[in-house]
Parts: sequence; structure tokens; C-alpha cells
Amino acid sequence: MRINLRQAALLAYLFFLLLPIYWLVNMSFKETDEILGVFSLLPEHFTWANYKMIFTDPSWYTGYINSIKYVAMNTVISLSVALPAAYGFSRFSFMGDKHMFFWLLTNRMSPPAVFLLPFFQFYQTVGLFDTHIAVALAHCLFNVPLAVWILEGFMSGVPREIDETAFIDGYSFPRFFFTIFIPLIRAGIGVTAFFCFMFSWVELLLARTLTTVNAKPIAAVMTRTISAAGMDWGGLAAAGVLTMVPGVIVIWFVRNYMAKGFALGRV
Amino acid sequence: MAFSLSNVDKIVGKETYLKNVSLTFESGSQNVILGRTLAGKTTLLRIMAGLDKPTKGKLMENGADVTGVSVRKRSVAMVYQQFVNYPSLSVYANIASPLRLAGMAKAEVDRRVRETAAMLHIEPLLNRLPAELSGGQQQRTAIARALVKDAQLLLLDEPLVNLDYKLREELRVELQQIFKARDSIVVYTTTEPTEALMLGGNIVVMHEGRVLQSGPTAEVYHNPASISVAAVFSDPPINRIETRVKGGFAELGRILSVPLDGHLTGLPEGDYIFGVRSNHLFLNRQHERDIKITAKVELAEINGSETFIHVIYNGAPLVVQEEGIHQRKLGSEIDIYVRARKFYIFDAKGPLVRAPRIEAA
Repeated sequence: MRINLRQAALLAYLFFLLLPIYWLVNMSFKETDEILGVFSLLPEHFTWANYKMIFTDPSWYTGYINSIKYVAMNTVISLSVALPAAYGFSRFSFMGDKHMFFWLLTNRMSPPAVFLLPFFQFYQTVGLFDTHIAVALAHCLFNVPLAVWILEGFMSGVPREIDETAFIDGYSFPRFFFTIFIPLIRAGIGVTAFFCFMFSWVELLLARTLTTVNAKPIAAVMTRTISAAGMDWGGLAAAGVLTMVPGVIVIWFVRNYMAKGFALGRV
Repeated sequence: MAFSLSNVDKIVGKETYLKNVSLTFESGSQNVILGRTLAGKTTLLRIMAGLDKPTKGKLMENGADVTGVSVRKRSVAMVYQQFVNYPSLSVYANIASPLRLAGMAKAEVDRRVRETAAMLHIEPLLNRLPAELSGGQQQRTAIARALVKDAQLLLLDEPLVNLDYKLREELRVELQQIFKARDSIVVYTTTEPTEALMLGGNIVVMHEGRVLQSGPTAEVYHNPASISVAAVFSDPPINRIETRVKGGFAELGRILSVPLDGHLTGLPEGDYIFGVRSNHLFLNRQHERDIKITAKVELAEINGSETFIHVIYNGAPLVVQEEGIHQRKLGSEIDIYVRARKFYIFDAKGPLVRAPRIEAA
């Protein structure tokens, strides 16, 4: 089979893209000595020990549980707040609607570090510090605007006449919204949930600062595991692999709608 | 049951959509609203339905003021130009939804859905989703959903515009029969004069947000109140020939003198616009009394089995509608024939002065 330049370039691109991931997976099945001592493309002493360690050591697996908890909370809160907001922006025109819609997006333009101090101080004061809901709420800062933008795009793709026909037919608003409208933007809700999940899952700064013990996320756990015996390279690698898994699973479900989501629902 | 609008205005921003519209519709009547795009037809329907509120004016239903009453509390059904169905519901559930919401018994819902579906020939499709239907079938579903609930006001906003020619013809004939059998007020908007004529009933001619004329369709067609009505109510728009009447003669286009006889007899001297519909202009002499006009060919447009020949006569454009396919060389001079008795006479300012006598068919 002849491989032309274009295919070769693509293969090279894929190779470089997958190399770090391959190396991570490779490491996660090795023992620390091998990682530090020898160069090997495949583990010489294949071991599940790193994974076993993560699933048995509470300081590791509670990190996952904490992360999943606040990510799920955040996704639910973001969606339930953004759905009515997006409907409003998509269907009604009111004073300052365009400005407000844009202002939402500007919330994503400031680095989370800016909000770190107020959040930290505020949560300390009201006693939310080191709880899951604290992180979930903090992440709403950038997930709600994103969710509103994506959902608005999908909702505006539904002709307004459908709403009107429903009202003419005698649907009450809640009934129309849940039985007619939501099914129409299913894909949009899926994509939005994915984006909320993803941003909340990978966010480290807020999650790490606003928690200490009880709600410590996995990413924070990973940066703090230096034991007396030095770095546990294999364990870290296994944790890294496991951190990627939820993302991969979620992506699988929304793979067909991803592009539309990145375009904020406007295609 | 009667529905009326009085002095309705609709202004959005600086744009006037409707200006002083007053109309009355009787139950069991079929009403066509004819107007070009942007004439305000859709705005009018939306206000009648209660989807939009008029800026000024009143809506009365059986003597009760329904201005600003929510559409949910009104007895209205509407069919849009676009095919609007609930995509997530089957055709059956789509048609049944207004009945189910009204809390009707299951057996009765089933009976009425099947009856309406049969009327619109979509019975075999009841279990499908709207996306699995052709455009025509989707619109049939939308019409069925509007018909099934027996609303007092049935509004159709150019329902056939997005369908292809064949389907449109077919559905138009069916709709005509369906409308006749109902005692609700049917209001149907269209841009096509031929469609308006086929549907019959009453007509409201609209132009730029105003009602120009209303009345029985045939009567309005034969007696357009002004040149604007005649222009909206002919396709292609009625031909205008600037004419001066002087000394017992009409000078067509100020050059061709025609004696004043027939319905032109005794026309006072002055400037007029003579209007003649394109289908009354011919390429061949039809009658010995035909007037011959010599004009220059601009364009020959073949439309199905007809040809529209656009010509320039003394600086003014005319369109000749001729059966069959005709080729004429562009720029060549041709003779056009017309009977003087087919002329509509309009005042130079627009109002109708005289209409041709209607011949017994």
C-alpha cells in the first residue's frame, strides 16, 4: 500500500498526539524501579498493583468520589439554571437582552484565579469551605454562562411556531416545556452536560483551594502524593489513566454533537 | 358566532405593520386575505389568534372583548406556512394532542383523530413521526391537528406555499370541500389571486398594512375599488395604460385614439389609467373590433403551458399572457390585440371609475 504525504503527515500527527497517553498507560503498568531505571516500550514486569493501590487506598479513591460528587452537582445546577435562562434569551426580547447575553460570556474571559480570593474568604465566612457544594457553586461561575450559550443556540434552532402551536393547542407552559420542548433539544442538553462535566472535571485551581480534606478532588490528591519513599510514579500514572476514563465515556455519548457544542450550538 | 376587529393598529418599533384594520367575519364563512408579501397578512392572523397584541384597537368575539386574551383561552386553530408539528410525537399523538389537552375521553379522541386523518388521507401514516413524512404529508398532519379540535376560528397562513405545484392543487381542492362543511370562521391568507378565486367566499385585499377592499371574492375581482386592488388581485399585476380622454376619444398611451363606446360611453374628459389584465391581451386578432397596439418585446417568459411576453408600449411595460409556448425575438416589434370592453377605467389618482360589464358565462 502506498502512503502519500498527506496520510504520512496525519499518521505523524496521531503518533505525537498519542505518545504521551501511551507513555502514561505504559507507566501505569510498571513498577517504580522500572520506570526510573530502564527504558522500555512495554512493561517488563506487568503489574496491576498501581490500580489495586488506588482502589483500596481511601486517600486515593475518595479523591475520585469527591470529584464525581461536585462535578455531578455542578452539572445538575448549571443545567437547571441555564435551561430557563436560555429559553428566555432565545424567545423573548427585553431591555438589555443582548448586552446581558454577552456579559454572560465575559464571565469566561477572566481567569478563575481572580475569583479565588473572594470565594475562599466568602466560603470560610459562611461555612461552606471544604464542601462539595462549594466547589460545585464556584464552577457555576464559568459553566452556567457556557451552558446558557450552548442551550440558547440549540433552542433558537427550534422554530418559535412550535411553541405557539402548543399554546394554541392548549398546552400549559411547564407541560409544553417538558413534554415537547426538552425532547427537541435533547442533543443540546447532552452536549451542555458534557461541557459542564468536562470543565468542572479538569478544573484544578478552584477545586484545590476551596477544599482541604473532606472534598479534596482527585487532581489535588495527585499533586500531593509525595511519600517518604519519594514519588509513587506508577500510582500517579494509574491515577492519571483513571482520571481520563470518565471523559472518554462521556465523549462517546455525545460524539456526534460535539462540533455543534463547540460552536455554541450555532451551526 | 361572529368575530370582528375594529381600528386595529400594529406598530413595532418605528415599523407600521397594520393600520386601522376593521373587519367582520361571520361563522361558517370562508375568508381569503389576499396581499403580497409584507402586506401584513401574517400579522393580522397572529393578532386574530391572540398570539400578538394589537397596539391599538379591539377584537370582539360574539360581542365579548377578547383583545389581549391569552391564546390558550381562545378557541383558535392555526396552520403555518412552515410545516409545524411536534417532532417528538407520532402523527397520531400530534393530531390527538389538542383533544387530549382538552380532557376528552379516550374513545372519542380516537374516533375523531381517525375521522380527521381519513379526511386528509393520512390514515396509514398515523404511527410515523413527522420527520418520516414528505412535506405534503407533514402539512396534512398540521392541518388535521388544526381541524380536529373544532375551533371557532380556523386560521391558515399561506398553508400551501411550501408545497410543490401538484400537491398544492390537490390539497387546495380538498381544503375547499373541508371548509365548506364547517361552521367555523375560516381565514386563509395567500399571495396568489388564482388561489383566492378558487377558494371563493369573501376576500380581504391588503396592501402595506391596510385593508384596501373587502367583499365577496368574485365581486371584488370584477369591481376592484382601485388600481392597487386590481394590481394585487391579478397575476401578473394588471397592465396600466395612461390614457387621456378628449373629444369623444380615448388616447391610449397618449398616442392611439379609440372611440368611446360600450362601457366607456360618456366618460368625462381628463386623465385616466386604463387597466387591462394580462389574459385579455392577445397576440392574434380575436375579434374584428380588437384594438391593435404595437409594442417592443422585452422578454418572453415561459411558465408551464403559458407564455408571459413582457413588452414596452410607449415607454410603459405591459405583460401579455398567452396560452401555449411562444417565442418572440427580443427587441422586435409585435402587435397586441385587446378589446376595449375589457378595460377597467381608473381615475389618475387610483379609484375605479368604471369596470367592464361581466359577460354571462
